[in-house]
Amino acid sequence: MAPESPDRAHAVAFTLNGEAVRAHVPARMHLGDLLRESFGLTGVHLGCEHGVCGACTILVDGRAVRACLMLGVQADGATVETVEGLTESGRIRDLQDAFHTRNALQCGYCTPGMLVTATELLNDADAATSREEIRAAIAGNYCRCTGYHAIVDAIAATAEARRDGPKNSRREAAE
Amino acid sequence: MSADLSGLTFLDRPNSYIGRSVPRPNARRLLEGRGVYVDDVAVARLGHVAFLRSPHAHARIVALDTADAKAMPGVIAVVTGPELAAVCTPWVGVLGHFKGLRSAPQHALALDRVTWVGEPFCAVVARSRAEAEDALAAIMVEFDPLPAVVDMETALESATPPIHPELGDNLAFERVLDVGDVDAAFRDAAVVVEETFQFGRHTGVCLEPRAILADWAAADGMLTVHHSFQAPHMMQDILCKHLALSEGAVRVICKDVGGSFGIKVHIYPDEMATCALALMLKRPVKFVADRLESFQSDIHARDHRVTARMAFSAEGDILALDMDDLTGIGPYSVYPRTSAVEANQVVNLTGGPYRHQHYRARARVVLQNKAPTCQYRAVGHPIATMVAEGLIDLGAARLGLDPFAVRVRNVIPDDAYPCAGVSGIKLEKLSHQAALAKLRAMMDYDGLREEQALLRQRGIHRGIGLAAFIEITNPSAAFYGVGGARISAQDGCTIRLDPQGGVVAAVSVTEQGQGTEGIIAQIVATATGVPMDQVRVISGDTQTTPYGGGTWASRGAGIGGEAAWQAGKALRGNVLAVAGAILQADPGSLDIRDGAVVDAATGTERMPLSELGRIVYFRPDTLPPGVQPEFVATRHYVPKDYPFAFTNGVQASYVEVDTETGFVRLLKHWCVEDCGTVLNPLLVDEQIRGGIVQGIGGALFEHCLYDAEGQLLNGSMADYLVPMAGEMPDIDVAHVVSATASSEIGAKGAGEAGTAGAPAAVVNAINDALAPLGARVSRQPVTPDVVLEALGLI
Amino acid sequence: MKAPDFAYARPASLDAALALLAEHGEDAVPLAGGQSLVTALNMRLSAPGLLVDLNAIPELAGVSEDEGVVRIGAMTRHRDVGTAALVRERLPLLAAALPHIAHPAIRNRGTIGGSVALADPATEWPACCLAAGATIVVRGPGTERRIAADAFFLGLYTTALEPGEIVTAIEFPVPGDGAVWGFEELSRRHGDYALVGLAATGRRSAVGLSDLRLAFFGVADRPVLARAAAAAIEAGDLTGAQAALADELDPPDDPATRAATRLHLARVVLGRVAGRMRDGTVKEETSHGA
Repeated sequence: MAPESPDRAHAVAFTLNGEAVRAHVPARMHLGDLLRESFGLTGVHLGCEHGVCGACTILVDGRAVRACLMLGVQADGATVETVEGLTESGRIRDLQDAFHTRNALQCGYCTPGMLVTATELLNDADAATSREEIRAAIAGNYCRCTGYHAIVDAIAATAEARRDGPKNSRREAAE
Repeated sequence: MSADLSGLTFLDRPNSYIGRSVPRPNARRLLEGRGVYVDDVAVARLGHVAFLRSPHAHARIVALDTADAKAMPGVIAVVTGPELAAVCTPWVGVLGHFKGLRSAPQHALALDRVTWVGEPFCAVVARSRAEAEDALAAIMVEFDPLPAVVDMETALESATPPIHPELGDNLAFERVLDVGDVDAAFRDAAVVVEETFQFGRHTGVCLEPRAILADWAAADGMLTVHHSFQAPHMMQDILCKHLALSEGAVRVICKDVGGSFGIKVHIYPDEMATCALALMLKRPVKFVADRLESFQSDIHARDHRVTARMAFSAEGDILALDMDDLTGIGPYSVYPRTSAVEANQVVNLTGGPYRHQHYRARARVVLQNKAPTCQYRAVGHPIATMVAEGLIDLGAARLGLDPFAVRVRNVIPDDAYPCAGVSGIKLEKLSHQAALAKLRAMMDYDGLREEQALLRQRGIHRGIGLAAFIEITNPSAAFYGVGGARISAQDGCTIRLDPQGGVVAAVSVTEQGQGTEGIIAQIVATATGVPMDQVRVISGDTQTTPYGGGTWASRGAGIGGEAAWQAGKALRGNVLAVAGAILQADPGSLDIRDGAVVDAATGTERMPLSELGRIVYFRPDTLPPGVQPEFVATRHYVPKDYPFAFTNGVQASYVEVDTETGFVRLLKHWCVEDCGTVLNPLLVDEQIRGGIVQGIGGALFEHCLYDAEGQLLNGSMADYLVPMAGEMPDIDVAHVVSATASSEIGAKGAGEAGTAGAPAAVVNAINDALAPLGARVSRQPVTPDVVLEALGLI
Repeated sequence: MKAPDFAYARPASLDAALALLAEHGEDAVPLAGGQSLVTALNMRLSAPGLLVDLNAIPELAGVSEDEGVVRIGAMTRHRDVGTAALVRERLPLLAAALPHIAHPAIRNRGTIGGSVALADPATEWPACCLAAGATIVVRGPGTERRIAADAFFLGLYTTALEPGEIVTAIEFPVPGDGAVWGFEELSRRHGDYALVGLAATGRRSAVGLSDLRLAFFGVADRPVLARAAAAAIEAGDLTGAQAALADELDPPDDPATRAATRLHLARVVLGRVAGRMRDGTVKEETSHGA
């Protein structure tokens, strides 16, 4: 069902936060705007719309990407997850708890993108998670409020808890 | 700190939440992506506005043809400056207490002349932002470029044309302060050091760009404005004034705000235009600044050049300080706070921690054709701190003294308060000596010096930098009100007890992520005895909160918090009076703890609040005769005995300089800070860390670069470098507590502290690392260029 | 900041994509990972009539080895290039370059072919291609061309690609016995474009380094093979090599970083990389900071 012929708008179908969805999308609309405007997923924050700030980071086919640097039409056939879907699934509850108890957020505008970036890092079983490595992993997510220290704390604590936790709970968390 | 009627102070109430690291109740929503920022507000019939902005630093608009743009698909209206001026009157950013401050009338959309690259002069409202931008491209404009005043160093030369001819020249404001006998002190000094410090122009880069949605409901006569802003009542007042509306006709709502840092407390032409467009079009209009226009149109800050010298005795006493500050503020003084405040703060604050008695300062504020500058986090503080702390290190080196010892020797002693600083500022209670002692132990200063010496032998150049500072918080009306600005310095809190025993607290201070609502909830819970999870806080709405100033200049906790404490105490008194009548007990023998009325002496529960609520709200017929419950209490607060609550702190930075590449690696940063009562260590510590990183941004990375024609060269996030996680150090924070006696809660502000001291600590550390190589830097940001130049390698 | 209006097509085969590009001529632009192109669209710096999306063409992605050559499909994502077992084993230079390419979310989406075709002079893959002696495989209407990296990068965002052609793969010769490599990049912050970077390959023996290829990036309008510097190092003259860079590089003089700074940094990086290659310490170095 790929839009093989040129057009200024296309019908797309994809899986969004576990649900099959359809939309008619202007070709020029980036995925961030599509998710916000057609699906009300306002947890996808637009901070720069040129791929630098990281606020719009979402998962596409399980990988973190910038929603502002993908076209909405390119979601066709993909599996897209936003912070709303990750929240509802409970998969990042431990990470959210760690952010909350350490106050690893202030205004909250970077937070969804930061959580998605951390989700990918924590899902990567091979990823080492020293403070320096965590800093490198989130180096593409701008936060003006916190100073990053507490964010690094929260991700490190979650990584450690998942590593030390019972095997089955870790698998659950990573699924 | 006075005791209340139960004999207990703010700090030792039972079940107190004060001083505890309680997570913010409103943070969970943000963690789930359920915040409601302006761009998330859904309204019907919404028009999206985009602005045509000047591509020239200074030009006359010769012709403007909007006919083609009006015919574009989706376009609702195209409006020019003169058309908008019929609805929105211009403003002038001056204040009475800045004598001699001058600016020119500024319109929401420039009329016939543009004065900086990015100034809006025409607006397109369309059904989508994309269509509005499409139409911008179809507007025909003809400019006649005018000479641009770009370099502040030449703005005052007679050959430079004045930006506003009616002002005669480009000097907006000048202040001179001369205390003691500076010339004599320098004449008698053993050592005099001098330096010229340059502070690059930078900007706030709030992650959520400026945003405003104005909805004019003509039938109701009501303008509802959703605004990413810090001071809703101020915005309401200004909209009333310039759109000719009454207070009752304007409601400003500031829900979630994605960072502000002082950026979102000023009047912006494009935001005023958006509100005027809503009136003109009788429908909702939304403006969300995109990132590129944010760089051109958000206020900028700093951009100072300070030449300063300091006189020392042979023993290392600071004898005198003499400084000259020049700053460029763009073409207009920003409304309503003015753009003279930063320079004024530099004069007030420089050398503020120290006890020298001779001080001379001159500050000149000049107009130029760049983006306007105005108050941004830690207004003036990083400049003042860098100047004094940089000179102290120079003096210590010349005298062969340890820089830590020179600071210890010169700070105003902790037992000298209350006293006045050399610039005339009134200081209630500071703790420089205690803070320095705490820092020294915390960072293991002696151990670090040993490590530094060992590594130097191996060719590794590490440096330790120190910066003591003072910080202005809890401003009274002395800040703006006395100058005629309708900016409230007082704030209020209204608390209502509901039938189930929970409370709702409405406050006039606002939340931009600092944790204002969390702090208020902690205070209200502590004051009323209601568990924190049954406290709801409402903020950021002119229609549902008491009147107040909002959140700026580190006032939310200290001023809003005291109002909440007083309101909570009053409500507790009201509740206990009714409970006493029902229980036939002396109200003074009762207290509220953990949601129940208890016997104050024993803690024995007498009646849950839910039972009291049931009786009061649903069976008032059963109340004893003559008892009229008032389960709503409101209190307001403004500091009266001091114009500002000064705080203090000291920071240290440990860096490594790669002397081949000029790259600086930040190894560690420490801050000891005294904000009075620490209401919530979790919140205050990370706010200080965030401030430190913001300060480091200015010290090492951030710089609005303009060319000679006044074009902004790096106005994107790829080119304007903000501090990111990869380069930032871990930051240890500790506190000394000198509570202010002005209020019962004793809290002062903490929002500026990090940014105030970090640049000086980092730059001093870099210079400490470079010292053995005979190199020194004094220009921020300290880029590899700057370090390599200092090392003579390029 | 919304993109201008354009049409979009996502062909399912390379032939269909090439046919669309041929039919629409200069009005059509191929869309690879989009991490630079969509930025340019959002900023309205680019206004194509048609985007031809290459993301649904299976034959363009993947890493394989055949007769001493590792072939990397143009639409292979940065991350999949750098983490492929084959690449880590055969082309460790590429694996070392990966962490310097922007940030994880960009690496997940951007492609090696897109990066090579864009030819941003401050990016990693073009320099790696040059250092490794890669061949750029391109297809136009009906024809395939194989262009040596040395002849591919012609100037600022300018390559040997003809209108209607796209990069389909990059072929890297597998380094032989005694091969060594070096990589270093200096950027202001993690993931930023390079102030200066160096990707290098060569051969090490008891007498020193030979067959050196020093590909600098961030210091000219294209990635630059510093041949005179390489010859000097092979002759054991590091100082001469550093001096030679003055003629071989043409660093930009931008408002944040002077040309003199970049040249100086290039010399520092050369010294460090050459030293490591000579000493057989192949670890790559990262440096970020002010």
